Amino acid sequence: MRRFAKWTAAAMIAVGLLSGCTSEPPWRTHDIAGLVPELSFALTDDRGRSVSAKDYRGRVTLLFFGFTHCPDVCPTTLARLAETLRSIEAGRDDVRVLVVTVDPARDSTAVMHQYVQAFGSQFVGLRGDAAALDALTRRYRVTYTLGKPDAQGNYEVTHSTAVFVFGRDGLARLMFTPKDTTAAIAEDLRRLILASNHPKG
Amino acid sequence: MLEGLIATAAFLAPWEISPSAMLLSGGALVVYWRGLRRVPSDARPSLKRRIAFITGVLLVYFVMQTRFDYLSQHMFFVHRLQHLVLHHLGPFLIALSEPLATLASGLPPRIGSGIVRRIWRLPVTRISYRIVQNAFVAPLLFVGLIWFWLTSRVHFNAMLSAPLYWVMNWSMLIDGLLFWVLILDPRTRRQGALLGFGPRIFLVLAAMVPQILIGAYITLAEQDLYDVYAVCGRAWDVEPLQDQRTGGVITWIPAAMMHAIAAVILVGRWARTDKNRPDRVSVSSSTCAGGA
Repeated sequence: MRRFAKWTAAAMIAVGLLSGCTSEPPWRTHDIAGLVPELSFALTDDRGRSVSAKDYRGRVTLLFFGFTHCPDVCPTTLARLAETLRSIEAGRDDVRVLVVTVDPARDSTAVMHQYVQAFGSQFVGLRGDAAALDALTRRYRVTYTLGKPDAQGNYEVTHSTAVFVFGRDGLARLMFTPKDTTAAIAEDLRRLILASNHPKG
Repeated sequence: MLEGLIATAAFLAPWEISPSAMLLSGGALVVYWRGLRRVPSDARPSLKRRIAFITGVLLVYFVMQTRFDYLSQHMFFVHRLQHLVLHHLGPFLIALSEPLATLASGLPPRIGSGIVRRIWRLPVTRISYRIVQNAFVAPLLFVGLIWFWLTSRVHFNAMLSAPLYWVMNWSMLIDGLLFWVLILDPRTRRQGALLGFGPRIFLVLAAMVPQILIGAYITLAEQDLYDVYAVCGRAWDVEPLQDQRTGGVITWIPAAMMHAIAAVILVGRWARTDKNRPDRVSVSSSTCAGGA
Protein backbone atom coordinates (compact mmCIF):
# COMPACT_ATOMS: atom_id res chain seq x y z
CA MET A 1 0.00 0.00 0.00
CA ARG A 2 2.78 2.37 0.92
CA ARG A 3 4.56 1.46 -2.25
CA PHE A 4 1.39 2.24 -4.18
CA ALA A 5 1.20 5.66 -2.56
CA LYS A 6 4.82 6.31 -3.41
CA TRP A 7 4.25 5.44 -7.06
CA THR A 8 1.11 7.55 -7.19
CA ALA A 9 3.01 10.53 -5.81
CA ALA A 10 5.80 10.00 -8.33
CA ALA A 11 3.30 9.76 -11.17
CA MET A 12 1.58 12.93 -10.04
CA ILE A 13 4.86 14.81 -9.93
CA ALA A 14 5.71 13.54 -13.40
CA VAL A 15 2.34 14.67 -14.73
CA GLY A 16 2.84 18.03 -13.02
CA LEU A 17 6.22 18.47 -14.67
CA LEU A 18 4.87 17.50 -18.05
CA SER A 19 1.90 19.81 -17.85
CA GLY A 20 3.91 22.87 -16.98
CA CYS A 21 5.05 22.18 -13.50
CA THR A 22 2.95 24.27 -11.14
CA SER A 23 -0.14 23.56 -9.14
CA GLU A 24 -1.90 26.56 -10.70
CA PRO A 25 -5.43 25.84 -11.86
CA PRO A 26 -5.84 25.46 -15.61
CA TRP A 27 -6.89 28.45 -17.68
CA ARG A 28 -10.50 28.54 -18.83
CA THR A 29 -9.54 29.50 -22.36
CA HIS A 30 -6.91 27.81 -24.54
CA ASP A 31 -3.42 27.73 -23.02
CA ILE A 32 -0.90 28.24 -25.84
CA ALA A 33 2.21 28.97 -23.77
CA GLY A 34 5.23 27.56 -25.59
CA LEU A 35 3.27 26.65 -28.70
CA VAL A 36 3.48 29.97 -30.48
CA PRO A 37 6.48 32.34 -30.78
CA GLU A 38 6.66 35.62 -28.87
CA LEU A 39 4.99 38.73 -30.26
CA SER A 40 7.00 40.33 -33.05
CA PHE A 41 5.98 42.56 -35.95
CA ALA A 42 6.72 45.85 -37.71
CA LEU A 43 3.52 47.60 -38.88
CA THR A 44 1.86 51.01 -38.99
CA ASP A 45 -0.75 51.92 -36.37
CA ASP A 46 -4.02 53.76 -36.97
CA ARG A 47 -2.35 57.12 -36.29
CA GLY A 48 0.20 56.50 -39.00
CA ARG A 49 3.11 55.70 -36.67
CA SER A 50 5.54 52.86 -37.31
CA VAL A 51 5.21 50.44 -34.41
CA SER A 52 6.73 47.16 -33.38
CA ALA A 53 6.05 44.60 -30.67
CA LYS A 54 8.50 46.40 -28.38
CA ASP A 55 6.09 49.34 -28.14
CA TYR A 56 3.60 47.06 -26.37
CA ARG A 57 5.97 45.37 -23.94
CA GLY A 58 4.74 45.78 -20.40
CA ARG A 59 1.12 45.41 -21.45
CA VAL A 60 -1.10 42.40 -21.88
CA THR A 61 -1.47 42.38 -25.66
CA LEU A 62 -4.22 40.76 -27.70
CA LEU A 63 -3.70 40.11 -31.40
CA PHE A 64 -6.56 39.68 -33.87
CA PHE A 65 -6.64 39.47 -37.65
CA GLY A 66 -9.68 41.08 -39.27
CA PHE A 67 -10.90 43.74 -41.68
CA THR A 68 -13.36 46.62 -41.40
CA HIS A 69 -15.79 45.34 -44.07
CA CYS A 70 -16.16 42.14 -42.06
CA PRO A 71 -19.87 41.45 -41.60
CA ASP A 72 -19.91 39.15 -38.59
CA VAL A 73 -16.83 37.60 -36.98
CA CYS A 74 -14.78 40.77 -36.47
CA PRO A 75 -17.46 43.06 -35.00
CA THR A 76 -18.72 40.23 -32.79
CA THR A 77 -15.27 39.32 -31.53
CA LEU A 78 -14.16 42.89 -30.97
CA ALA A 79 -17.46 43.88 -29.31
CA ARG A 80 -17.13 40.91 -26.98
CA LEU A 81 -13.59 41.94 -26.08
CA ALA A 82 -14.72 45.53 -25.51
CA GLU A 83 -17.51 44.33 -23.25
CA THR A 84 -15.11 42.08 -21.34
CA LEU A 85 -12.65 44.91 -20.85
CA ARG A 86 -15.41 47.15 -19.50
CA SER A 87 -16.19 44.46 -16.92
CA ILE A 88 -12.58 44.41 -15.72
CA GLU A 89 -11.87 47.30 -13.42
CA ALA A 90 -8.30 46.95 -12.28
CA GLY A 91 -5.63 47.12 -14.93
CA ARG A 92 -7.76 47.23 -18.04
CA ASP A 93 -5.72 50.16 -19.32
CA ASP A 94 -2.73 47.83 -19.27
CA VAL A 95 -4.40 45.88 -22.07
CA ARG A 96 -3.98 46.57 -25.79
CA VAL A 97 -6.04 44.91 -28.49
CA LEU A 98 -4.14 44.95 -31.77
CA VAL A 99 -6.43 44.59 -34.79
CA VAL A 100 -4.34 43.74 -37.84
CA THR A 101 -6.18 44.23 -41.12
CA VAL A 102 -5.89 41.46 -43.70
CA ASP A 103 -7.43 43.81 -46.25
CA PRO A 104 -5.02 46.80 -46.32
CA ALA A 105 -6.24 47.77 -49.80
CA ARG A 106 -9.60 48.92 -48.41
CA ASP A 107 -8.54 49.59 -44.82
CA SER A 108 -6.56 52.82 -44.92
CA THR A 109 -5.03 54.24 -41.75
CA ALA A 110 -7.98 56.64 -41.40
CA VAL A 111 -10.56 53.86 -41.91
CA MET A 112 -8.79 51.71 -39.33
CA HIS A 113 -8.65 54.59 -36.88
CA GLN A 114 -12.37 55.25 -37.10
CA TYR A 115 -13.15 51.54 -36.84
CA VAL A 116 -11.10 50.69 -33.76
CA GLN A 117 -12.06 53.89 -31.91
CA ALA A 118 -15.63 52.64 -31.83
CA PHE A 119 -14.56 49.75 -29.59
CA GLY A 120 -12.56 51.70 -27.04
CA SER A 121 -9.29 53.35 -26.21
CA GLN A 122 -7.46 50.03 -25.74
CA PHE A 123 -8.00 49.09 -29.38
CA VAL A 124 -5.26 49.76 -31.92
CA GLY A 125 -5.58 49.28 -35.68
CA LEU A 126 -2.50 47.98 -37.48
CA ARG A 127 -1.76 47.67 -41.16
CA GLY A 128 1.22 46.81 -43.29
CA ASP A 129 2.14 45.81 -46.82
CA ALA A 130 1.55 42.28 -48.10
CA ALA A 131 5.04 41.14 -47.08
CA ALA A 132 4.72 42.38 -43.49
CA LEU A 133 1.22 40.92 -43.19
CA ASP A 134 2.24 37.55 -44.63
CA ALA A 135 5.24 37.38 -42.31
CA LEU A 136 2.94 37.91 -39.35
CA THR A 137 0.20 35.45 -40.40
CA ARG A 138 2.84 32.84 -41.17
CA ARG A 139 4.47 33.39 -37.78
CA TYR A 140 1.20 32.57 -36.03
CA ARG A 141 0.21 29.87 -38.54
CA VAL A 142 -3.03 31.58 -39.47
CA THR A 143 -4.22 32.34 -42.96
CA TYR A 144 -6.56 34.66 -44.85
CA THR A 145 -7.84 34.75 -48.40
CA LEU A 146 -9.09 37.61 -50.55
CA GLY A 147 -11.74 36.59 -53.10
CA LYS A 148 -12.17 37.86 -56.65
CA PRO A 149 -13.92 41.29 -56.78
CA ASP A 150 -17.46 41.29 -58.19
CA ALA A 151 -18.96 43.97 -60.53
CA GLN A 152 -19.21 46.46 -57.65
CA GLY A 153 -15.65 45.77 -56.58
CA ASN A 154 -16.72 43.91 -53.44
CA TYR A 155 -14.95 40.73 -52.49
CA GLU A 156 -15.12 38.00 -49.91
CA VAL A 157 -12.41 37.76 -47.28
CA THR A 158 -11.81 34.72 -45.09
CA HIS A 159 -9.58 34.98 -42.05
CA SER A 160 -8.70 33.55 -38.68
CA THR A 161 -11.14 33.94 -35.78
CA ALA A 162 -8.51 33.50 -33.08
CA VAL A 163 -7.41 36.10 -30.57
CA PHE A 164 -3.80 35.49 -29.53
CA VAL A 165 -3.03 36.74 -26.05
CA PHE A 166 0.50 37.74 -24.99
CA GLY A 167 1.73 38.48 -21.49
CA ARG A 168 3.48 41.70 -20.52
CA ASP A 169 6.78 40.02 -21.45
CA GLY A 170 5.55 39.48 -25.02
CA LEU A 171 5.34 35.69 -24.61
CA ALA A 172 2.28 33.88 -25.95
CA ARG A 173 -0.09 32.83 -23.18
CA LEU A 174 -3.65 32.21 -24.30
CA MET A 175 -5.95 31.94 -27.25
CA PHE A 176 -9.56 33.08 -27.26
CA THR A 177 -11.84 31.47 -29.81
CA PRO A 178 -15.52 32.18 -30.59
CA LYS A 179 -16.38 29.17 -28.40
CA ASP A 180 -15.07 30.85 -25.23
CA THR A 181 -17.64 32.60 -23.08
CA THR A 182 -17.26 36.24 -22.06
CA ALA A 183 -17.04 35.09 -18.43
CA ALA A 184 -14.13 32.75 -19.19
CA ILE A 185 -12.32 35.44 -21.18
CA ALA A 186 -12.82 38.01 -18.41
CA GLU A 187 -11.57 35.63 -15.73
CA ASP A 188 -8.45 34.65 -17.64
CA LEU A 189 -7.71 38.20 -18.68
CA ARG A 190 -8.00 39.41 -15.10
CA ARG A 191 -5.68 36.64 -13.98
CA LEU A 192 -3.15 37.44 -16.67
CA ILE A 193 -3.15 41.15 -15.82
CA LEU A 194 -2.45 40.33 -12.18
CA ALA A 195 -0.08 37.42 -12.82
CA SER A 196 2.47 39.33 -14.84
CA ASN A 197 2.37 42.52 -12.85
CA HIS A 198 4.75 45.20 -13.80
CA PRO A 199 8.01 44.15 -15.41
CA LYS A 200 11.00 46.37 -15.91
CA GLY A 201 10.47 49.27 -18.23
CA MET B 1 1.78 30.51 -70.43
CA LEU B 2 4.34 32.45 -68.44
CA GLU B 3 1.80 33.06 -65.69
CA GLY B 4 1.12 29.34 -65.52
CA LEU B 5 4.82 28.61 -65.21
CA ILE B 6 5.23 31.16 -62.43
CA ALA B 7 2.20 29.78 -60.59
CA THR B 8 3.58 26.23 -60.88
CA ALA B 9 7.00 27.33 -59.68
CA ALA B 10 5.41 29.16 -56.76
CA PHE B 11 3.42 26.05 -55.87
CA LEU B 12 6.49 23.83 -55.99
CA ALA B 13 8.53 26.15 -53.78
CA PRO B 14 8.68 24.99 -50.15
CA TRP B 15 6.22 26.69 -47.79
CA GLU B 16 8.42 26.16 -44.76
CA ILE B 17 11.90 25.04 -45.66
CA SER B 18 12.85 21.85 -43.82
CA PRO B 19 16.53 21.03 -44.33
CA SER B 20 15.94 17.53 -42.95
CA ALA B 21 13.22 16.75 -45.50
CA MET B 22 15.26 18.19 -48.37
CA LEU B 23 18.47 16.42 -47.35
CA LEU B 24 16.79 13.10 -46.76
CA SER B 25 14.77 12.93 -49.97
CA GLY B 26 17.52 14.49 -52.08
CA GLY B 27 20.13 12.27 -50.44
CA ALA B 28 18.01 9.15 -50.92
CA LEU B 29 17.65 9.81 -54.64
CA VAL B 30 21.36 10.56 -55.15
CA VAL B 31 22.49 7.51 -53.16
CA TYR B 32 19.97 5.30 -54.99
CA TRP B 33 21.19 6.57 -58.36
CA ARG B 34 24.81 5.90 -57.37
CA GLY B 35 23.81 2.46 -56.19
CA LEU B 36 22.12 1.66 -59.50
CA ARG B 37 25.30 2.56 -61.35
CA ARG B 38 27.52 0.44 -59.13
CA VAL B 39 25.49 -2.74 -59.02
CA PRO B 40 26.12 -5.11 -61.96
CA SER B 41 23.23 -4.92 -64.43
CA ASP B 42 21.87 -8.41 -63.67
CA ALA B 43 21.56 -7.54 -59.97
CA ARG B 44 19.82 -4.19 -60.51
CA PRO B 45 16.25 -3.80 -59.31
CA SER B 46 13.60 -4.04 -62.02
CA LEU B 47 12.20 -0.93 -63.66
CA LYS B 48 8.97 -1.37 -61.67
CA ARG B 49 10.89 -1.33 -58.39
CA ARG B 50 12.92 1.67 -59.44
CA ILE B 51 9.76 3.59 -60.36
CA ALA B 52 8.18 2.62 -57.05
CA PHE B 53 11.14 3.95 -55.06
CA ILE B 54 11.46 7.23 -56.94
CA THR B 55 7.69 7.85 -56.87
CA GLY B 56 7.57 7.14 -53.14
CA VAL B 57 10.40 9.55 -52.34
CA LEU B 58 9.05 12.26 -54.64
CA LEU B 59 5.56 11.96 -53.15
CA VAL B 60 6.93 12.37 -49.62
CA TYR B 61 8.96 15.38 -50.75
CA PHE B 62 5.94 16.88 -52.52
CA VAL B 63 3.63 16.76 -49.50
CA MET B 64 6.33 18.10 -47.15
CA GLN B 65 8.17 20.68 -49.20
CA THR B 66 5.75 22.41 -51.55
CA ARG B 67 2.71 24.67 -51.20
CA PHE B 68 0.81 21.42 -50.56
CA ASP B 69 2.18 21.72 -47.03
CA TYR B 70 0.52 25.13 -46.63
CA LEU B 71 -2.81 23.65 -47.75
CA SER B 72 -2.32 20.77 -45.29
CA GLN B 73 -1.95 23.26 -42.46
CA HIS B 74 -5.17 25.05 -43.33
CA MET B 75 -7.54 22.39 -44.61
CA PHE B 76 -8.37 19.22 -42.72
CA PHE B 77 -8.91 16.96 -45.71
CA VAL B 78 -5.64 18.08 -47.36
CA HIS B 79 -3.92 17.32 -44.05
CA ARG B 80 -5.43 13.81 -44.20
CA LEU B 81 -4.10 13.42 -47.76
CA GLN B 82 -0.68 14.52 -46.52
CA HIS B 83 -0.73 11.87 -43.81
CA LEU B 84 -2.01 9.28 -46.26
CA VAL B 85 1.16 9.88 -48.27
CA LEU B 86 3.50 10.14 -45.25
CA HIS B 87 2.17 7.13 -43.38
CA HIS B 88 0.82 4.90 -46.15
CA LEU B 89 1.45 5.57 -49.84
CA GLY B 90 5.02 6.95 -49.72
CA PRO B 91 6.52 4.38 -47.32
CA PHE B 92 4.44 1.63 -48.97
CA LEU B 93 6.00 2.32 -52.39
CA ILE B 94 9.46 2.70 -50.87
CA ALA B 95 9.16 -0.60 -48.97
CA LEU B 96 7.74 -2.33 -52.05
CA SER B 97 10.81 -1.30 -54.05
CA GLU B 98 13.14 -3.07 -51.56
CA PRO B 99 15.76 -0.33 -51.92
CA LEU B 100 18.14 -1.29 -49.10
CA ALA B 101 20.68 -3.22 -51.16
CA THR B 102 20.82 -0.50 -53.82
CA LEU B 103 21.06 2.24 -51.22
CA ALA B 104 23.80 0.39 -49.35
CA SER B 105 25.94 0.05 -52.46
CA GLY B 106 25.28 3.69 -53.34
CA LEU B 107 26.70 5.00 -50.07
CA PRO B 108 30.37 5.97 -50.05
CA PRO B 109 32.19 3.03 -48.39
CA ARG B 110 33.37 5.13 -45.49
CA ILE B 111 29.79 5.97 -44.57
CA GLY B 112 28.16 2.76 -45.77
CA SER B 113 30.34 0.00 -44.38
CA GLY B 114 31.88 2.37 -41.86
CA ILE B 115 29.35 4.43 -39.96
CA VAL B 116 25.98 2.97 -41.00
CA ARG B 117 26.96 -0.67 -40.59
CA ARG B 118 28.62 0.03 -37.28
CA ILE B 119 25.55 1.82 -35.94
CA TRP B 120 23.32 -0.97 -37.21
CA ARG B 121 25.44 -3.56 -35.43
CA LEU B 122 25.22 -1.81 -32.06
CA PRO B 123 23.15 -3.88 -29.65
CA VAL B 124 21.11 -0.77 -28.78
CA THR B 125 20.08 -0.29 -32.39
CA ARG B 126 19.28 -3.94 -32.94
CA ILE B 127 17.31 -4.30 -29.74
CA SER B 128 15.28 -1.11 -30.26
CA TYR B 129 14.59 -2.15 -33.84
CA ARG B 130 13.38 -5.54 -32.63
CA ILE B 131 11.13 -3.85 -30.09
CA VAL B 132 9.43 -1.40 -32.45
CA GLN B 133 9.09 -4.13 -35.09
CA ASN B 134 7.58 -6.58 -32.63
CA ALA B 135 4.36 -8.20 -33.87
CA PHE B 136 2.35 -6.46 -31.13
CA VAL B 137 4.22 -3.17 -30.88
CA ALA B 138 4.35 -2.37 -34.61
CA PRO B 139 0.59 -2.32 -35.32
CA LEU B 140 -0.08 -0.65 -31.98
CA LEU B 141 2.37 2.10 -32.85
CA PHE B 142 0.95 2.39 -36.35
CA VAL B 143 -2.66 2.78 -35.27
CA GLY B 144 -1.79 4.58 -32.03
CA LEU B 145 -0.01 7.38 -33.85
CA ILE B 146 -2.99 7.97 -36.16
CA TRP B 147 -5.28 8.08 -33.14
CA PHE B 148 -2.94 10.27 -31.07
CA TRP B 149 -2.48 13.03 -33.65
CA LEU B 150 -6.22 13.01 -34.38
CA THR B 151 -7.17 13.64 -30.75
CA SER B 152 -8.89 17.05 -30.85
CA ARG B 153 -6.63 18.78 -28.36
CA VAL B 154 -3.39 17.29 -29.66
CA HIS B 155 -4.41 18.09 -33.22
CA PHE B 156 -5.16 21.68 -32.23
CA ASN B 157 -1.73 22.16 -30.68
CA ALA B 158 0.11 20.40 -33.50
CA MET B 159 -1.47 22.72 -36.05
CA LEU B 160 -0.58 25.77 -33.95
CA SER B 161 3.00 24.96 -33.06
CA ALA B 162 5.66 24.71 -35.76
CA PRO B 163 7.90 22.27 -33.78
CA LEU B 164 4.97 20.01 -32.85
CA TYR B 165 3.80 19.99 -36.46
CA TRP B 166 7.27 18.90 -37.49
CA VAL B 167 7.30 16.10 -34.90
CA MET B 168 3.85 14.97 -36.05
CA ASN B 169 4.80 14.66 -39.70
CA TRP B 170 8.16 13.03 -39.07
CA SER B 171 6.70 10.54 -36.60
CA MET B 172 4.16 9.53 -39.24
CA LEU B 173 6.80 9.15 -41.95
CA ILE B 174 9.26 7.18 -39.81
CA ASP B 175 6.57 4.92 -38.41
CA GLY B 176 5.15 4.41 -41.92
CA LEU B 177 8.56 3.30 -43.18
CA LEU B 178 9.07 0.92 -40.25
CA PHE B 179 5.63 -0.61 -40.60
CA TRP B 180 5.62 -1.17 -44.34
CA VAL B 181 9.22 -2.44 -44.38
CA LEU B 182 8.16 -5.00 -41.78
CA ILE B 183 4.99 -5.95 -43.68
CA LEU B 184 6.30 -5.96 -47.24
CA ASP B 185 9.58 -7.77 -46.55
CA PRO B 186 9.98 -10.04 -49.60
CA ARG B 187 11.81 -12.68 -47.58
CA THR B 188 10.29 -15.58 -45.74
CA ARG B 189 10.88 -16.05 -42.06
CA ARG B 190 13.60 -18.61 -42.87
CA GLN B 191 15.32 -16.14 -45.14
CA GLY B 192 15.52 -13.60 -42.36
CA ALA B 193 12.22 -11.69 -42.26
CA LEU B 194 11.17 -10.74 -38.74
CA LEU B 195 7.70 -12.21 -39.21
CA GLY B 196 6.31 -14.97 -41.42
CA PHE B 197 3.81 -14.25 -44.17
CA GLY B 198 0.86 -15.60 -42.18
CA PRO B 199 1.34 -13.36 -39.13
CA ARG B 200 2.01 -10.42 -41.39
CA ILE B 201 -1.25 -10.92 -43.31
CA PHE B 202 -3.12 -11.11 -40.02
CA LEU B 203 -1.33 -8.05 -38.68
CA VAL B 204 -1.91 -5.84 -41.71
CA LEU B 205 -5.60 -6.71 -41.77
CA ALA B 206 -5.95 -6.24 -38.02
CA ALA B 207 -4.38 -2.77 -38.25
CA MET B 208 -7.00 -1.88 -40.84
CA VAL B 209 -9.95 -2.21 -38.46
CA PRO B 210 -9.18 0.63 -36.01
CA GLN B 211 -8.44 2.92 -38.95
CA ILE B 212 -11.86 2.17 -40.40
CA LEU B 213 -13.38 3.00 -37.01
CA ILE B 214 -11.45 6.27 -36.68
CA GLY B 215 -12.28 7.23 -40.27
CA ALA B 216 -15.95 6.40 -39.81
CA TYR B 217 -16.11 8.29 -36.53
CA ILE B 218 -14.76 11.45 -38.17
CA THR B 219 -16.90 11.05 -41.30
CA LEU B 220 -20.12 10.57 -39.36
CA ALA B 221 -19.45 13.15 -36.62
CA GLU B 222 -22.10 15.86 -36.50
CA GLN B 223 -19.97 18.46 -34.75
CA ASP B 224 -16.71 20.14 -35.73
CA LEU B 225 -14.04 17.96 -34.08
CA TYR B 226 -11.09 20.01 -35.31
CA ASP B 227 -11.93 23.67 -34.79
CA VAL B 228 -8.31 24.71 -35.27
CA TYR B 229 -9.03 25.12 -39.00
CA ALA B 230 -11.92 27.50 -38.31
CA VAL B 231 -9.88 29.31 -35.67
CA CYS B 232 -6.75 29.78 -37.80
CA GLY B 233 -8.53 30.16 -41.12
CA ARG B 234 -9.12 27.72 -43.97
CA ALA B 235 -7.13 27.82 -47.20
CA TRP B 236 -10.38 28.41 -49.06
CA ASP B 237 -14.01 28.75 -48.17
CA VAL B 238 -15.44 25.31 -47.37
CA GLU B 239 -18.08 24.35 -44.83
CA PRO B 240 -16.25 22.93 -41.78
CA LEU B 241 -18.35 19.75 -41.74
CA GLN B 242 -17.84 19.22 -45.47
CA ASP B 243 -14.09 19.48 -44.96
CA GLN B 244 -14.24 17.14 -41.98
CA ARG B 245 -16.31 14.52 -43.81
CA THR B 246 -13.95 14.51 -46.79
CA GLY B 247 -11.01 14.11 -44.40
CA GLY B 248 -12.82 11.29 -42.61
CA VAL B 249 -13.42 9.40 -45.85
CA ILE B 250 -9.73 9.77 -46.76
CA THR B 251 -8.75 8.36 -43.34
CA TRP B 252 -11.24 5.55 -43.81
CA ILE B 253 -11.25 4.21 -47.36
CA PRO B 254 -7.92 4.72 -49.19
CA ALA B 255 -5.97 3.86 -46.03
CA ALA B 256 -7.95 0.65 -45.55
CA MET B 257 -7.52 -0.19 -49.22
CA MET B 258 -3.76 0.00 -48.91
CA HIS B 259 -3.93 -2.61 -46.16
CA ALA B 260 -6.07 -4.85 -48.36
CA ILE B 261 -3.61 -4.43 -51.24
CA ALA B 262 -0.73 -5.32 -48.92
CA ALA B 263 -2.59 -8.46 -47.83
CA VAL B 264 -3.12 -9.49 -51.47
CA ILE B 265 0.58 -8.94 -52.23
CA LEU B 266 1.56 -11.02 -49.20
CA VAL B 267 -0.78 -13.88 -50.12
CA GLY B 268 0.75 -13.90 -53.61
CA ARG B 269 4.29 -13.99 -52.25
CA TRP B 270 3.41 -16.67 -49.77
CA ALA B 271 1.92 -18.85 -52.50
CA ARG B 272 4.98 -18.32 -54.68
CA THR B 273 7.51 -19.22 -51.97
CA ASP B 274 5.45 -22.30 -51.27
CA LYS B 275 5.46 -23.36 -54.90
CA ASN B 276 9.18 -22.83 -55.15
CA ARG B 277 9.78 -25.42 -52.51
CA PRO B 278 9.22 -28.81 -54.14
CA ASP B 279 10.26 -30.61 -50.97
CA ARG B 280 7.11 -29.37 -49.29
CA VAL B 281 3.70 -30.81 -49.82
CA SER B 282 1.04 -28.14 -50.34
CA VAL B 283 -0.89 -29.29 -47.26
CA SER B 284 1.98 -28.28 -45.02
CA SER B 285 1.59 -24.60 -45.89
CA SER B 286 -0.57 -23.94 -42.84
CA THR B 287 1.83 -25.64 -40.47
CA CYS B 288 4.56 -23.62 -42.08
CA ALA B 289 2.68 -20.44 -41.25
CA GLY B 290 2.02 -21.59 -37.72
CA GLY B 291 5.67 -22.24 -37.17
CA ALA B 292 6.66 -18.91 -38.63
